[in-house]
Amino acid sequence: MNRGRVWLAVMALWAFWGLVSAGALADDRSLPAVIRDVQSKIVKIYGAGGFRALEPYQSGVLISADGYVLTAHSYVLDADYITCTLDDGRKFEAKLLGADPRLEVAVLKIEATDLPYFDLAKAVVAAEGTRTLAFSNLFGIAFGEEPASVQRGVVAAVTALEARRGVFESLYTGRVYVVDAMTNNPGAAGGALTNIQGELLGMLGKELRNARNNTWLNYAIPISQLTSSVELIRAGKVPPAPEDGPDKKLPNPMTLEALGIVMMPNILPRTPPFVEKVRPNSPAAKAGVMPDDIILFIDDALVQSVDSLGAALARIAIDERIRLTVERDRALVEVTLEVPLEEQTPKRKTPEGQGTQTNADGNR
Amino acid sequence: MMFRRRPNEPQRRSGAERDFKLQIANLQFAICNSCLSCVVLCLALFSPTATAADVEESVLKSEADRIAAVAKAAPSVLAIFAQGGQGGGSGVVITPDGYALSNFHVTKPCGNYMQCGMADGKLYDAVIVGVDPVGDVALIKLFGRDDFPTAELGNSDLVQAGDWCFSMGNPFLLATDFTPSVSYGMVSGVHRYQYPAGTLLEYADCIQTDAAINPGNSGGPLFDAEGRLIGINGRGSFEKRGRVNVGVGYAISINQIKNFLGGLRSGRIVDHATLGAQVVTGETGDVVVTNILEECDAYRRGLRVDDEIVRFAGRPIRSANALKNMLGTLPRDWRVPLAYRRDGQIHEIYVRLMGVHRKDELIAKTDGGGVPEPPQPKPKPGEPMPEGRRPDGQPNGKEPGDQGDGESEKSKDGNGRRRPPFRMPQALPKAEKMPEIVKQHFEKGDPGFVNYFFNQQNQDRLWRGVTAQGDFSQFEGAWTLSGMAMGNVGEFKIELTNIGAGIELPTGDTDMNVAEGLAARLNPPESGGLLSTLWLWRKYLVEGPKKFGKLEYRGTAPLPMREGLYDVLVGTTEGVDCLFFFEPAGGMLVALEMFPEGTDADPCEVYFLEYQEHEGRHFPRRLEVRYGDRVFGVYEVAKVELNKSGDQAP
Repeated sequence: MNRGRVWLAVMALWAFWGLVSAGALADDRSLPAVIRDVQSKIVKIYGAGGFRALEPYQSGVLISADGYVLTAHSYVLDADYITCTLDDGRKFEAKLLGADPRLEVAVLKIEATDLPYFDLAKAVVAAEGTRTLAFSNLFGIAFGEEPASVQRGVVAAVTALEARRGVFESLYTGRVYVVDAMTNNPGAAGGALTNIQGELLGMLGKELRNARNNTWLNYAIPISQLTSSVELIRAGKVPPAPEDGPDKKLPNPMTLEALGIVMMPNILPRTPPFVEKVRPNSPAAKAGVMPDDIILFIDDALVQSVDSLGAALARIAIDERIRLTVERDRALVEVTLEVPLEEQTPKRKTPEGQGTQTNADGNR
Repeated sequence: MMFRRRPNEPQRRSGAERDFKLQIANLQFAICNSCLSCVVLCLALFSPTATAADVEESVLKSEADRIAAVAKAAPSVLAIFAQGGQGGGSGVVITPDGYALSNFHVTKPCGNYMQCGMADGKLYDAVIVGVDPVGDVALIKLFGRDDFPTAELGNSDLVQAGDWCFSMGNPFLLATDFTPSVSYGMVSGVHRYQYPAGTLLEYADCIQTDAAINPGNSGGPLFDAEGRLIGINGRGSFEKRGRVNVGVGYAISINQIKNFLGGLRSGRIVDHATLGAQVVTGETGDVVVTNILEECDAYRRGLRVDDEIVRFAGRPIRSANALKNMLGTLPRDWRVPLAYRRDGQIHEIYVRLMGVHRKDELIAKTDGGGVPEPPQPKPKPGEPMPEGRRPDGQPNGKEPGDQGDGESEKSKDGNGRRRPPFRMPQALPKAEKMPEIVKQHFEKGDPGFVNYFFNQQNQDRLWRGVTAQGDFSQFEGAWTLSGMAMGNVGEFKIELTNIGAGIELPTGDTDMNVAEGLAARLNPPESGGLLSTLWLWRKYLVEGPKKFGKLEYRGTAPLPMREGLYDVLVGTTEGVDCLFFFEPAGGMLVALEMFPEGTDADPCEVYFLEYQEHEGRHFPRRLEVRYGDRVFGVYEVAKVELNKSGDQAP
């Protein structure tokens, strides 16, 4: 095929160039050439959103030749149909492999081969003063084969975001590269921060507004912070909770009712798993689950909707202890729930189909 | 970890430089003990003389180059103020006699004249010359000098992402002494498309930059690293962060403006082009026609639904966006090459482009009161900079909260305090009356013009060029041209008089009578009206622009298969429109096109391929006549007879 031949030619050229320049390639390329190379690894991601201030798009970075995409975990990915448009204009449906909301990172997979990509193992670290380039499809400016936008800046600080809790509302509290360029705009999340040689430094984070003085932080999460989590997701070790119930029903599965949790009415295709009510004296109340909590994980499985919450519970026996990770006031809280022995047996005799719970239990 | 400063380092002194020195110190004294390092470090930090010696040669050079580029560019930059100081923006001078570019949305609130501050600290009166409301460009002319400092025009087609660039202008109207502000940055993207507001203020094929573009920068120049003008800043992406730079500004490419410059000099309201066809991008990057108007030229030239457009106006087309981008840079009525593929075969045609607007529609939109409305934030964010407004969105001259516009939240700073109100520089004179020099250069003219004075100037210029080639005013009698018709191999004879024309060809003799109207008999058949076209040519040469009828300078346009742009004069008389194309240097008439008025028919095209000397005057020696898709004939003029008086019917 034509594309294959072009690819071979490009590879041959690279090999030749490598011989000639003996490894000095990165430094010898002009800035626009470095930029062009990085742009080829940036993808435009389209998903949920499109109303109010929620743009239905963001950015991503190819991290393997066979279509793994690093991006920010956000509402954009809460869609049944996510697409990635490559730098060459090709459009692919993407599958969400998994996410780590604690790092606000997600990994997508598209079915493609021979893609240009960043090897996360070769990502570099930077100190304050390092000159940077930021690549993203901020404001959704680029369409189709149009290349991502590039902005220049300097690492102004390498610091923990934690110290700013209550000011910048972010689930991520680790170290960040703060840059002096206006990088973190709508649609920029998931883009790449590189040094001026085009080596990957970090992933651009979501927009962060300082609630106190109405300023916006421009930052990227260092790749070193993301690598282990991304590797786990890639290895399939933190898959999202399934949307459907198990093929074989457990004789005595865990239910929301037994836990004492009432979820938000399940009216959307992917209703976000918000807790509406917690029954008094229930296992959930004892563990400290609160109304308005959003459930992110059951044990280590990512929960993306009320349906997937029900499906995940259906795979757990009622006598098991479960760990929920919830988001509360833009912070992560972990709680452990256990259904007391005396409530486990009578549960079976309780008439089913009460109120909102039936919608939420995943076994409709 | 080694820290290196690279060439083209932006000006970030304090922090970065200190780190830099620290690193240098560490590098140089890595083998020394820590005590010594510390001493040296302290020396490096506090010794004022250490700076120059420590910095790499290439860094110093790029700094010097950057300073030189800014110094070269700065004198041409304008701070534009409306009369009385109500609003303004930026601009840039492009000719020594004072023509300058700005945004339409900057000059529109100024009205017909404005004042421009330059880096020399002086204010100059200026008048509106022409506007391009779709492209958001305005041309003005400054008075008071014939040696204005000018910006060197660059080639924006060569600009690429990653190029260094800088914007200049008067953001937030900071410069009370008119010294322009400079902000350095990078080209973030090229060939960007930003949607119009309705049909106006469309930014097609524009340059995206992270150089700070703020309110007040509108109309100002974007320069490349060498200080060449590559664009006119006019728009930024804003959303929820208030009306300040968020790292995304857009500049109208200078190459687009070059296309419109002739039209802008004509004193008119110029319109952009549309193809008359709809296209979609297919799965494999093919751009396929899905719909086409039967009355458009592209249809007459053969373009049909399902044809695949591969090139347009010299650029390969691989997406519908690319076609939209290219179209957005072209004036209406231009004729540009288009290549399409059908059944595996490439066809190349020249297409005459339609206007985006009907003439009256654009006039109504342009002359309507008020500043043009900002574009819709969706589907793509991006709005023109609000001129004469402070970053908090309040109009100048008003205290915050004067108008209950619900923006009070934005006008507060982070602690809920009101920001101090921005005030216009007080130095500006409040001239409410049109200055004398402006009066001498302003004539509103008919609808469709913003300043007819400049149209008249150009008509006069073209006529001076024509008369320099030869004065034909005394040859009011019959003109006879004869020689060999190359196409149909045989002799021809053309006779032109005040009342009509006739032609003898091997294929037969035909004539034309003006009394019936020039469009009544388009003879000879299949020529589209060669006799009427030549009759108008003679009329223009003999009677001159004053007696010709309605004439209008339209600007510049290309001709098929020829390099460069040609001055275009349009004459409307006896039921036809006739376009005269002049070579820009020398004023030689090179082509004529005659359209029967009010129809979608093809024109008769006459090209004067060669000139010869005839009794001390330049006279065409070879004529090529085209109609539709084919050459009607080529005529070698061997004998010319020009009579001074007497009406002889053909």
